Amino acid sequence: MSKKGVLLTGAHFMNGDIACAEGAIVAGCRFFAGYPITPATEIAEHLSERMPEIGRIYIQMEDEIASIAAVIGASYAGLKAMTATSGPGFSLMQENIGLAIMTETPCVIVDIMRGGPSTGQPTMPGQQDVMQARWGSHGDYEIIALAPSSVQEMFDLTIDAFNLAETYRVPTLLLADEIVAHMWEKIVIPTAEKIRIVNRKKPNVSPEEYLPFMPDDLVPPMACFGEGYRFHATGLTHDEHGYPKTSSSEVQERLVKRLCEKIRRNEDKIMRVEEVMLDDADVVVVAYGIVARAALSAVRKAREMGIKAGLLRLITLWPFPQNHVAKIAGSAKRIIVPEMNCGQLVREVERAAKETSVVFLSKLGEEPHTPMEILEAIRRNS
Amino acid sequence: MVQETVHPLSKYLREAMIPHIWCTGCGNGVILNCFVQAVDELEMDLDKLVVVSGIGCIGRAAGYTNADSFHTTHGRSLAFATGAKLANPELNVVVISGDGDLFAIGGNHFIHAARRNIGVKVICANNFNYGMTGGQQGPTTPLEASTTTTPYGNIEHPFNLVHLAAASGATYVARWTTLHVRRLTQSIKRMLQKEGFCFIEVISPCPEIFGRRNKMRTGLEMMDWFKRASVVENFSDPSKAEISTEKLIVGEFVNTEKVSYEKFLHEKISQINEKRVGW
Ligand SMILES: Cc1ncc(C[n+]2csc(CCOP(=O)(O)OP(=O)(O)O)c2C)c(N)n1
Ligand code: SF4
Ligand SMILES: [Mg+2]
Repeated sequence: MSKKGVLLTGAHFMNGDIACAEGAIVAGCRFFAGYPITPATEIAEHLSERMPEIGRIYIQMEDEIASIAAVIGASYAGLKAMTATSGPGFSLMQENIGLAIMTETPCVIVDIMRGGPSTGQPTMPGQQDVMQARWGSHGDYEIIALAPSSVQEMFDLTIDAFNLAETYRVPTLLLADEIVAHMWEKIVIPTAEKIRIVNRKKPNVSPEEYLPFMPDDLVPPMACFGEGYRFHATGLTHDEHGYPKTSSSEVQERLVKRLCEKIRRNEDKIMRVEEVMLDDADVVVVAYGIVARAALSAVRKAREMGIKAGLLRLITLWPFPQNHVAKIAGSAKRIIVPEMNCGQLVREVERAAKETSVVFLSKLGEEPHTPMEILEAIRRNS
Repeated sequence: MVQETVHPLSKYLREAMIPHIWCTGCGNGVILNCFVQAVDELEMDLDKLVVVSGIGCIGRAAGYTNADSFHTTHGRSLAFATGAKLANPELNVVVISGDGDLFAIGGNHFIHAARRNIGVKVICANNFNYGMTGGQQGPTTPLEASTTTTPYGNIEHPFNLVHLAAASGATYVARWTTLHVRRLTQSIKRMLQKEGFCFIEVISPCPEIFGRRNKMRTGLEMMDWFKRASVVENFSDPSKAEISTEKLIVGEFVNTEKVSYEKFLHEKISQINEKRVGW
């Protein structure tokens, strides 16, 4: 691989972690802070080499709490910023993910899921952080999480994650699993014209008129440090000036509801799914990440056998694509949800599916569900 | 006729955030005053100044300063400041925070920021306890002191902050009390002009909570202690800089030069890019 420019247009053979790192570079990430952890370490290692050679910043912090705090600081100082970790580090980051939510800090957090709880199985895949991603920090909030299924998507969705973070001023998660991160596949990096890059909305008023948390279409334009706006930001409940208002119910309602609404009201723009053979499907598999690949081949096999099976692959996990699930629930007889956990996203599927029955397939450890296992479930439920 | 008088330093304060939350006799106002006085004397560009605080009584200092400011989570001010300074080395990034914030929950960030020599300037208001949460024991609470969580007297040895800062690699280390207004201001000025990681500890009265339980009910009584016990011992060994009822050693302990992390990093980046020209 030539290691010169920012954009390495062309076909490459890469692993998912490296593809994610290259996606970040293309998205305009100028600051990476992290702490080594399997299976996300290669992202840091790759960026420690790549970032300096293109004049950008890589720093290894003393822990994951420091990493996310430094990312928030860098973002407020004007740079697109990212950190990458796995379950244990993701847990450490939770309080400051809340700070990023509250201060509306655009940033990207990559969580390469391994087996948990605790130190668990560092080199094994998992999908066990899905609920932590949604509810890990205290308080009420909405967050965006994307789940790649291939090395190509590790690249593409990292760019999307930056674009969403910048658009909505919200920390955006790339929730990948160990297999997608560690497997090697061919990927194609497009030319610059084919890549869409979004930058945060800047204020177009004078510093005297600027209110740092006054929303414009739910999202406030963002001044950064050193630009002359002299603003204050705090993790305390604050008014549009950014000033703490810790005993006003009205300000609490207004702020927290807006933080949720800016995502909820834009769900249609944020949410992405892949729909395969759903039109006439009686049995639909809802899957994401590496498991969705086994599900796809199971669905194809089922069709060959004459079973009307389909796949709804979730690319956006949060906000949860409940309308897409509700739609299939209206026509399909059964929904099958294979996950590498003891039952996390399946609960959201059940909620959206209402009366349609949902079958859960759990798997933990080294390997995701095989296509045969999913096919078997399709057959039993067709 | 009553004339409206404007405090000469009021332009450095965010008036909309005032009245402040601090108690009568609290030392935090003195610290903030010395800081903005230093900024004024240096004629610093307020547009390039960023004040970062953690959580605590003194943690409100960031919001009171009329510069870009950020109030982080408890303990994380230095990690946040590291990111901001690296992202834009032109910024003057100052952390003003408490003993609990910087040395208990944030202790790890402190030693690593000092070790890296990131060009962030730190002012710690050491009031020997957790003021904000009602006066619990903290990492600088003296032995045998009474706090709301050491009703029988503190049995934990306190940190010597200047020793810790010096050992961790800070390029400027000083300790003053809120009685040493002029010296503290001069010290802040010196610190603000330096390149690397700098640290000033300010012994600060918390009469409402710490003083009340330790036979110094008013700010004045605490100031009396500072007056009676303080000895200026510039460039003495920070490991011997005691704080006791009888003796309170203050002064500048370290003032050295060492290339800052951000400068080192940017030099490295240029070197890497020069090398590539030859490829
Ligand atoms: C993670 C977390 N733990 C605990 C608290 C509660 N808390 C708020 S301020 C504080 C101590 C502050 O002490 P210090 O830094 O010395 O500041 P002071 O109030 O004395 O100025 C604590 C424990 C918190 N806000 N966040
Ligand atoms: S509690 Fe102590 S530190 Fe806090 S404002 Fe009151 S006097 Fe100051
Ligand atoms: Mg304190």
